[in-house]
Amino acid sequence: MSVLEVKNISKRFGETEVLKDVGFSLEKGEVIAIIGSSGSGKTTLLRCLNFLETPDGGQIYVNGEILFDASNHKLLTEKDIRKIRLHFGLVFQSFNLFPQYTALSNVKLAGELLAKERSDYKENHKTILKEIDENASGLMLQVGLTDKMHLYPHQLSGGQQQRVAIARALALSPDVLCFDEPTSALDPELTGEVLKVIRALTEKNTTMVIVTHEMQFARDVADKVVFMDDGFVVEAGTPEEVFGHPKQERTIRFLERYSNL
Amino acid sequence: MFQTVLISLNEGFLKTLEIFGLTLLGAFPLGLIIAFGSTSQFRPLKYLVKFIVWVVRGTPLMLQLLIIYYGPGLLLGSNWWGNGSSGRFTAALAAFIINYACYFSEIYRGGIEGVPKGQSEAGQVLGMTSSQIFFRITLLQVIKRIVPPMGNEIITLVKDTSLARVIAVYEIIWSGQMFIKSSGVIWPLFFTGVYYLIFSGVLTLLLGRLEKKLEFFRV
Ligand SMILES: Nc1ncnc2c1ncn2[C@@H]1O[C@H](COP(=O)(O)OP(=O)(O)OP(=O)(O)O)[C@@H](O)[C@H]1O
Ligand SMILES: [Mg+2]
Repeated sequence: MSVLEVKNISKRFGETEVLKDVGFSLEKGEVIAIIGSSGSGKTTLLRCLNFLETPDGGQIYVNGEILFDASNHKLLTEKDIRKIRLHFGLVFQSFNLFPQYTALSNVKLAGELLAKERSDYKENHKTILKEIDENASGLMLQVGLTDKMHLYPHQLSGGQQQRVAIARALALSPDVLCFDEPTSALDPELTGEVLKVIRALTEKNTTMVIVTHEMQFARDVADKVVFMDDGFVVEAGTPEEVFGHPKQERTIRFLERYSNL
Repeated sequence: MFQTVLISLNEGFLKTLEIFGLTLLGAFPLGLIIAFGSTSQFRPLKYLVKFIVWVVRGTPLMLQLLIIYYGPGLLLGSNWWGNGSSGRFTAALAAFIINYACYFSEIYRGGIEGVPKGQSEAGQVLGMTSSQIFFRITLLQVIKRIVPPMGNEIITLVKDTSLARVIAVYEIIWSGQMFIKSSGVIWPLFFTGVYYLIFSGVLTLLLGRLEKKLEFFRV
């Protein structure tokens, strides 16, 4: 059974159709890389998965359970949407860390707020908060920032901020972790440290959807590659298929542009 | 003589302080309401509020004081504000609050719109509620952004309180000026300046301290 199944997603902004019938599926521990030129709808797709945008059509299934169906989504309350969102994590291109919290507190905040809704919070809050703290410290170790965890975002480099953002997204143990061009806002010499962290996640069997312009990286870590253009999935397959033997004219032209860089 | 002057100036200064404090008390929340109005999705409300803000910010506070005090009586034939000094004081307060709320509203608006959308989106993606996002993420960033411009307005208000005398609210300059008429001396008037300097000096210090407190993070 697929962890994530996206079916026929479509999205319009006014007159412009940004996503047209987009679909793919993902097994547990798999990594899917989404590539495509600027404006092809990659960000919009991730935003739909995280319910920052509401798709106009299509369905989203997680672990076989239907989470979203465009034909009856109006029945969803804010509370439902919050719950659905927890199946997904999102790492933004521009990090979006909370500037007034330390790196560690950034990672802990959402968990602490969610814990307050637990019925046993009053009795067990000490243990619960301790667990959250230990989990967060563990994540900081995982992204290699134990020595920086008490610093504020402005005291960290872009690469370090993005690693904190990854730890923050992991803190709530989402089923699917999404990345929107996680290294695009970074100086070239800082992309490596972030890619290394993401690479390490593949070894921990993290299910991921990665939008990226790093073709070599996509080729290395992805189990599946989706090439999008103009809101369509033009081509999908293994990295070997899409990068090695692209069938569609548009894919070939896109990849040529990258190999020429 | 000095004693008399001091007592009289203190009395005037108390009035000044009252105008100052009550104006802030009213204008802080009213400004927020106006800010919500001017960012409303409901167009007619938004344009109405923006028009009012434009008028209030584009005309002298002196004029607004006069119109608000005399307007109801002369145009509507009713004495809204009540008689005597308390009536004049209420009218002056109304004018100050409306005027400052309009300035504050623009500051709030800038502060709220200045917080990047990515901040609340990051909160949403982490399953936070709208009120958690506002109180835990946005609010402090807004405060940090608005403290400096708010501080400027507050210092301006210290001095603007003196305008209340055009409708005969006996604030400190009025008290000082009395001695020109009664005793032919001008030094009490100079002395009112000392009050202003000390008061705005203390405020500047406090505001600076608040800014320092918020320096631990950057937006
Ligand atoms: N909120 C919005 N309102 C209107 N149009 C939008 C909105 N968001 C995105 N679009 C449009 O949708 C299209 C797809 O945008 P999207 O950001 O998903 O592309 P992308 O593939 O992520 O591009 P890039 O590689 O530049 O990040 C673009 O034409 C964009 O202008
Ligand atoms: Mg994008």
